[in-house]
Amino acid sequence: MSKSKNGSSSGLPFEAPIREIEDRIAELESLSASTRLDISSEIEALRARLESQVESTYSDLSAWDRVTVARHPMRPVTSDYITEMLDEFFELHGDKYYGDDRALVTGLASMEGRKFMLVAHRKGRNTAERVECNFGCAHPEGYRKAMRKMKLAAKLGLPIVTLINTPGAYPGIAAEERGQAMAIAENILGMFDIAVPIICVIIGEGGSGGALGIGIGDRVLMMEYAYYSVISPEGCAAILWKDGERSPDAAEALKLTADSLISLGIVDEMIPEPTGGAHRNPAIATASLKEALLRNLDELSAIPLQELLDTRFEKFRKISHIEGRFPTVADAAAS
Amino acid sequence: MTSEKTQIKTVAPESAPKRENQGEVEPLRVPPLDLSPDPADQDDPSEPSMSKNKSDDNQSRSEPSPDQVEDGGEKRGRLSRLRFSKKRDMPGGLWLRCESCSKTIYRKDLDDKVRVCPACSFHFTLPGKQRVASILDEGTWKESFGNIEALDRLEFVENAAYCDKIDRAVKRTGQKEAFLVGTGRVEGREIVLGVLDFSFMGGSMGEVVGEKISLAIEIAEERNLPVVLFTSSGGARMHEGALSLMQMAKTSASLARFNKRGGFSICVMTHPTTGGVTASFASVCDIILAEPGALIGFAGPRVIATTIKQELPPGFQRAEFLIQKGMLDAIVPRNEMRRRIASLVDFGQGARAAAKAKRELI
Ligand SMILES: [Zn+2]
Repeated sequence: MSKSKNGSSSGLPFEAPIREIEDRIAELESLSASTRLDISSEIEALRARLESQVESTYSDLSAWDRVTVARHPMRPVTSDYITEMLDEFFELHGDKYYGDDRALVTGLASMEGRKFMLVAHRKGRNTAERVECNFGCAHPEGYRKAMRKMKLAAKLGLPIVTLINTPGAYPGIAAEERGQAMAIAENILGMFDIAVPIICVIIGEGGSGGALGIGIGDRVLMMEYAYYSVISPEGCAAILWKDGERSPDAAEALKLTADSLISLGIVDEMIPEPTGGAHRNPAIATASLKEALLRNLDELSAIPLQELLDTRFEKFRKISHIEGRFPTVADAAAS
Repeated sequence: MTSEKTQIKTVAPESAPKRENQGEVEPLRVPPLDLSPDPADQDDPSEPSMSKNKSDDNQSRSEPSPDQVEDGGEKRGRLSRLRFSKKRDMPGGLWLRCESCSKTIYRKDLDDKVRVCPACSFHFTLPGKQRVASILDEGTWKESFGNIEALDRLEFVENAAYCDKIDRAVKRTGQKEAFLVGTGRVEGREIVLGVLDFSFMGGSMGEVVGEKISLAIEIAEERNLPVVLFTSSGGARMHEGALSLMQMAKTSASLARFNKRGGFSICVMTHPTTGGVTASFASVCDIILAEPGALIGFAGPRVIATTIKQELPPGFQRAEFLIQKGMLDAIVPRNEMRRRIASLVDFGQGARAAAKAKRELI
C-alpha cells in the first residue's frame, strides 16, 4: 500500500500531510541514489509513518473530502474495471436512433463464469478520453442506448450491472433538444419492467438524475468513497449561500456519503475500498467490487422473476416510509 | 449538475430576425437567466412569472393586441429583465402589471380569465387550488391526504432552516405541501386530479410530494379512473437530499405498475416544469400536454447558459420549442383545458380492457 509514486495523492487538499511524507521519501531516495549513502532504514521508517498517516487521514474524512476522492483523477473508472475485472467484454454501440454516446458504454460481459450486460458511465483516463466521454456527462442518446441494451438483456435473460460515475446528465442545448428529461424518465420507468436482476453500483460520482437514469436496481451498491446526491455540492452552495466556497458545508448538509445513504434506506451496501481510497490501490478496489458483484449476482439469480420485480417495486415505492408516516389508498377511500 | 454562477454577457438585440413562421420565436435579448426555476426561488415564489414573446401569443390562438405587433425596443429591453418577481405583483393590490405585455391589468379581470392576461394571453402560473377550480365541475373536488407534512430528516443546514421554509410556505398557501390530490368530475367524468403547486416552495418534489403522486396514481388504479397531473416545479427539493432524488424513482415505480394494469395518465406541464419532475413521472404519462409559453426542460436555462458559456437560442425550452422537437403531444390554452381533458378521458376509457386483452395474447 501507498508504494505508488504516481502522484496518487496529487491535488487532494486533505492529503497534504501524506504528500509531505511522500515528498520526503522521494527526496531521501534520490539522495541515496546520488550519494550512495545507506539511508534505507530512514526510508523504511518514513514508509511506515506514511502508512499510518494515510490510515489516520482516511479514518476521519469529511463529506467534502470524500467528494474529492470520488473525483480523483487517478481513481479507477469503468475502463479500468472492464480491463481488470472482466474476463470478456464485447461493446455494443449505439442507440439505433441518433448516435453512440461515448459517455455511456454498454456491452456483453463475462466474469468468473457469470454473463451479464454492462451499462456504465465512462469518464476516461487521460485528457483526450475525458473530452471524448464528455467528462462522464451523457446525452439523451446515451440513456436511450442504455435502455435498448437493457431490453436486450431482458430478452436474453442476462442480468444487468450498471456502474454509475457521472457529475450529472449533460445540461446543454443539444441535450435539451433531444429530450434529456424524457430519456432519463423513460429509463427510470422502464427499469421497473426489466425482468432480469439489476445491480447498480455508484463507483465514483452519483450525480442526480444522470445517475438515476441507470440507477434503478434490485441492489444499489456504493463504493466507500463514492457520493450520490440530488445536486452537486457546488450547485447547492451556490443556491444556499451564493458562494461556491461553501461547497464543503453543502456536501455535509446533503448527506451524500455511503453511510448516510444506507441509513436513509437509499443504498443497500457499501463496497469497502483500500485504506487511502481506490486511487491508492486500484487492484484491491477491483477485487472488492468484483466480490460484491459476484455475491449479489448469485443471490439475485436465485430469486423468481415475479418476486424480483415485485421486490424492486416495493424497494423504491417504500423509500421514505417511516412506520405510520404515510396513509394508504384505503385511507383515502375511507375519508 | 453544473451550477457555478457566472456572469453571462448581454447579447445585442439588433440582429433579431423577423420571421413569419409561427413556431419561430423572437430572440430574447439575453439568455433567460432569471427565468430559471432555481431552487433558490423555492423559498418565496409568491408570484412566479415569466417573460414571453409574440409567437407564444400566436400559439395560444388568441387575438394579439396591437401593442404586441408593434414591438418596441423599449419593451424588449424590459423583457430581458423579467424574472420570477417576488414583489412586483403585490398580492393585495387591485391592479398589476402584466409581465409579458406590461399593460396594467385589473386583478379581477385577470382572475376572471383564470390568470391569463386579458391583453396578451400570457399564462400566469396558477396556484394549486385555482387550478383545481379551473378543471373540475363545481363542488366535486374531494381532497385526499391533505395533512401529510414534510419532515426535515437531513436536519438540513443549521437545523431549523428547512423547517422554517416549510412553515412559511404552509402559512402563505394554507396547505401542508406542494402537491394537491383528490377526485372530482370534469364535465361529469370522474378523475383523479393531482396538482403540483409552484406557490409552495417552487413546487419542489420531496418525500411528501413523491408519496402523494404515487398515492394519486394508486387511487386511480384502485378505482379504475384516469389520473390527470398538472405540474409546475423547479424539480427535486434540495433540502431533502437524495431522498428527494428517490421520489423520481418512487413516482415512476407507481406509474410503471399503473401502466401494466391498464391505467390511463395525462400530464399537463405548466410554467415552469424542470429538473427532477420533468425527468420522471411528468414525461412518461400517456398523454403529455403543455400550456402555451411554459418553460419545460431538464436543466434550467441558467445552468445551461453557464455550462456552455453562450447565448441560448430564441424560445429555447418553451412549450412551442418542445413541440417542434417532438417532446409534447399538444399545447392547450388554459381556457380550452377542461374541455380537452374531458375529451381525452373519453378516449382513454378502453385502456383497462386493452391491457387485460393484451395479457391474454400469445
Ligand atoms: Zn399581458
